[in-house]
Amino acid sequence: MNNPSAPAIRFEKVSRHFGDVKAVDQVDLEIGDGEFFSMLGPSGSGKTTCLRMIAGFDRPTSGSIHLYGKEVSSLPPYDRDVNTVFQDYALFPHMNVGDNIAYGLMVKKVAKEERQKRVDEMLELVQLSGFAGRKPSQLSGGQRQRVALARALINHPKVLLLDEPLGALDLKLRQQMQIELKSIQKRVGITFIFVTHDQEEAITMSDRIAVFSQGRIEQIGSPSDIYERPASAFVAGFVGTSNLVSGEVAKRIIGSDQTFSIRPEKIRLGSANDKPAADMLSLDGIIRDVVYLGLYTRYLVEVDGSVDLVVIEQNLKTTSMDVLSAKGQKVRLSWHKDHMSRLGG
Amino acid sequence: MPSSSSSTRPRATWGLTLAALGTLLFLHVPMWIIFLYTLTPDETTYTFPLPGFTTKWFGVALQRADLWRALTLSFQVASIATVAALILGTLAAAAVYRSNFFGRESISFLLVLPIALPGIVTGIALRTAIGGLDIPFSFWTIVIGHATFCVVVVYNNVLARFRRTSATMIEASMDLGANSFQTFRYVVLPNIATALLAGGMLAFALSFDEVIVTTFTAGQQTTLPIWIFSQLSRPRDRPVTNVVATIVILITFLPIFFAQKISADASDTEGETK
Repeated sequence: MNNPSAPAIRFEKVSRHFGDVKAVDQVDLEIGDGEFFSMLGPSGSGKTTCLRMIAGFDRPTSGSIHLYGKEVSSLPPYDRDVNTVFQDYALFPHMNVGDNIAYGLMVKKVAKEERQKRVDEMLELVQLSGFAGRKPSQLSGGQRQRVALARALINHPKVLLLDEPLGALDLKLRQQMQIELKSIQKRVGITFIFVTHDQEEAITMSDRIAVFSQGRIEQIGSPSDIYERPASAFVAGFVGTSNLVSGEVAKRIIGSDQTFSIRPEKIRLGSANDKPAADMLSLDGIIRDVVYLGLYTRYLVEVDGSVDLVVIEQNLKTTSMDVLSAKGQKVRLSWHKDHMSRLGG
Repeated sequence: MPSSSSSTRPRATWGLTLAALGTLLFLHVPMWIIFLYTLTPDETTYTFPLPGFTTKWFGVALQRADLWRALTLSFQVASIATVAALILGTLAAAAVYRSNFFGRESISFLLVLPIALPGIVTGIALRTAIGGLDIPFSFWTIVIGHATFCVVVVYNNVLARFRRTSATMIEASMDLGANSFQTFRYVVLPNIATALLAGGMLAFALSFDEVIVTTFTAGQQTTLPIWIFSQLSRPRDRPVTNVVATIVILITFLPIFFAQKISADASDTEGETK
């Protein structure tokens, strides 16, 4: 019945409408077996609705969802080989950690010894051995997060869904959990679908990313694709910061008034009489503002009296005194023509 | 001024202490009087100090068949009304909490209304309705009357608990492979159990000493409070009535005491998990 060579998840023209609102609009999507796949987008972009439709908490208005080749669109959550780590963890407060993790096995009437054995394995996997007797209320946020992960993994789901699971943790813990999640995913070899609004998190962890906006997927690709070759102005702006250039200025640089984007760190600041190499594009401007940020400095450069470009340079040789005195100077901006991307539309 | 390290609250002034003490006495002295006069050998008058001391009225009360009938009836009515309230109240709370339907707030208000209405209004309304439908007044009409306000108590308790529990818990249970029945049994029920117990006990106590609605909905039946009421016209039975009143105080006091304790404990632990 299940086809192991089929993609883990396939969306076929999936839509979900709430009244007049198209939360998800005609989405086609394929997620491969064993992939760490992120759904990235601002709130209300449809990423969580997609996740809920995979889990079975919500059903598509139209279209179909396939799990390893098997249509699951209308199956209830308990008949799908998919488990979820919830944003608020949703641990059962009246059960201890061990019973929480064993819940999936308990409702499937797995024998007690087997249950015990697998709970111990899971506790080891998430580095919580010895915590089985504690109540969720006695755990820290990070520990609850691990319990939720262990509880979702104990059934050996085909796909694990993670709904912004790191949102409630502080920065240090979040970075630690990112690394840990990734290594757990490698060890268990299960397809992970990770929903987040944090572009840095998505870039750090994912094999591939889908960028959502207004119920549609703007772009699907590897983190470097998404970052270096944004397909639309939305992606360029949402993932990292980007300079968008269009109209007259664009015409002067690339010969057409098509919009293009260039990342701030790809632009080189040179003195006004620098001669750029043949494969470089260049542009004159005046430094209007300088923000010293320790590791690097952010410049705001006015070009043509109308367009402002953000440029970031690392403070390799310069001190704060040097960079701050640059305000008002005339400069020549240059970048490699492969580093910019033309946007469709 | 020495600062107390254990408590940051200021101590009450002696005036406030006195007022609190006075209020407590005002509320409780009448009950002690009832208890005191269960022990008097004098049948008709309340004389102080007691002319003697006897426990014979407890024995006399136990011999009275009409008293036993009334006590059993009250017990049955309260039990059935409570069970009905537990089922209906929980279902209503679940419906109001989980789904978002047109007129939800109005339904919630209408459910709570019977407890705010004076008993006499509920009583008259029920009597008219039951009489109009040609249903004979019986044991079951009393149960229906009591259920109107018992449902509210359970509904309020359970709804408050639902609002404090995480909605994703039910989704988590289904996600992990539990069907609706298993989810109710292993996740929902344990989480609302103390609310059900507290609501049920309160409902039982309310039903057990109800007079007004019962007067309107009963046929020939005499519940315990009505029996006590009718005893007022028989001065010679006064100590027996006092014995019964003492028993009623005990029977209603215990459930309310435990219901309060359970709610307080539950809100303590819940506070940590949220």
